[in-house]
Amino acid sequence: MIRAAAAILRKDLTIEMRTKESVPAMTLFSVTVYVLFHFGLDRDTLDGELASGVLWVTLLLATVIGVSRLFATEREQGGIDALLLAPVDRTALFVAKAAALFLYLVLLEVVAVPVFGLLLLGPDLLAALPELLVILVLADIGLAAVGALVAALAVETRARELVVPLLLLPLVVPLLIGAASASEPLLREGAEPEDLGRFLALLAGYDLVFLLIALAVFDFLLDD
Amino acid sequence: MYSKGFKPLAVATVLSILAAFALVFFYAPNDADQGFIQKIFYVHVPMAIVALFGFVAGGIMAIKHLRTGEASWDMRSYVAIHLSIILGTAVLVTGAIWAKASWGHWWVWDEPVLVSFLIVFLLYCVYYPLRYSIEDPERQARYSSVFAIAAGAFVPINFTAVRLAESVTHPRVLSQTGGSLPGDMRLTFLISLLAMTLLFVTLWKLELTSKHASMQLKRLRRRLELRAEERGAATPARSPV
Repeated sequence: MIRAAAAILRKDLTIEMRTKESVPAMTLFSVTVYVLFHFGLDRDTLDGELASGVLWVTLLLATVIGVSRLFATEREQGGIDALLLAPVDRTALFVAKAAALFLYLVLLEVVAVPVFGLLLLGPDLLAALPELLVILVLADIGLAAVGALVAALAVETRARELVVPLLLLPLVVPLLIGAASASEPLLREGAEPEDLGRFLALLAGYDLVFLLIALAVFDFLLDD
Repeated sequence: MYSKGFKPLAVATVLSILAAFALVFFYAPNDADQGFIQKIFYVHVPMAIVALFGFVAGGIMAIKHLRTGEASWDMRSYVAIHLSIILGTAVLVTGAIWAKASWGHWWVWDEPVLVSFLIVFLLYCVYYPLRYSIEDPERQARYSSVFAIAAGAFVPINFTAVRLAESVTHPRVLSQTGGSLPGDMRLTFLISLLAMTLLFVTLWKLELTSKHASMQLKRLRRRLELRAEERGAATPARSPV
């Protein structure tokens, strides 16, 4: 199972390295959204709630792009049939897709979070960093699990572009609550973590529940 | 198939609704703070509770569908979610009316229950575009069930998350029914909840029966057409002219 998942993941990463379709698009999109927020809010620097909200909403919107591209190559080039004919567990496919999405999100954040620090954040980003990294990783795990599930749910529908954002965004509201509330005190002047444990527990619980659900139901998707 | 015990159920529903209305208007006292408008509570809260349980029940029926592969379980899950969405719309409307009357605003963001309900409602609205953009009926049932399970599990997580994030000021009725609600109001509330639950089950059965009947009718029509075609092909040979 692990070997099959690793093989699918390697294939996805090779395609991404060669075509550069998802990650650059997600990154570019995030920077554009920062510019939109700058003008929309008419603010040069942000801190506290506003900073945390802008950062997380931007990352979630960028995730939508990644999720809607997650099965793109398989669908467009017909590779999905070969993948499903192969005698591997559907679970391997889920693990590979979620891992790919997780890596895309990490790559996105490696660029998009520092850029946020440069462009919009008032207080110093470095002060928030150790705790913020934990929050980012926990949020990415949840996003990867839900994202892979939503991508697989939407892949057979006619209105794919419509279903992915409509389905993904309400599903990640608890994650947004946890991540944004946990980051908010860190992005204030004189970063002081506040209630961090409670919101990290929320994020971890969300990750666990959705990983289990996705693993349990993924077998029923992408059949035939 | 679905109509078993329908008549007593329907009678019980009508009686309990009448009883609930009578209690609401003639027995339960007016609220000391809010006055008459508080009576919307006996409609709004039971609807919200029944809608949420309907969503979760839809998820459980979807599990049954994936386990057994019987299309009828998908139909049950679909009808439960469908009815819950209709109730959910009514919950949002009555909630807004109540909020306007007692807090002065149509919508307040610092009420975790209200906000959670809106998020759950928005998620379930995607059930229709998802379901109806898949053409193959077997696959449609399977994908809808996966959605129903994920969304059903999402309901409690979402309520916990929103409650964690916000101050708690909304009357927590579920945990409160044994607590601070005075006796006559509690009785009225419980009867209203019973009436709403029975109404939900009645409508659910009715809708299932009608869907089942129309599917059977379609099947019979098709068989009739086939037979007519066979006979049509056979008659010319036998006709004397």
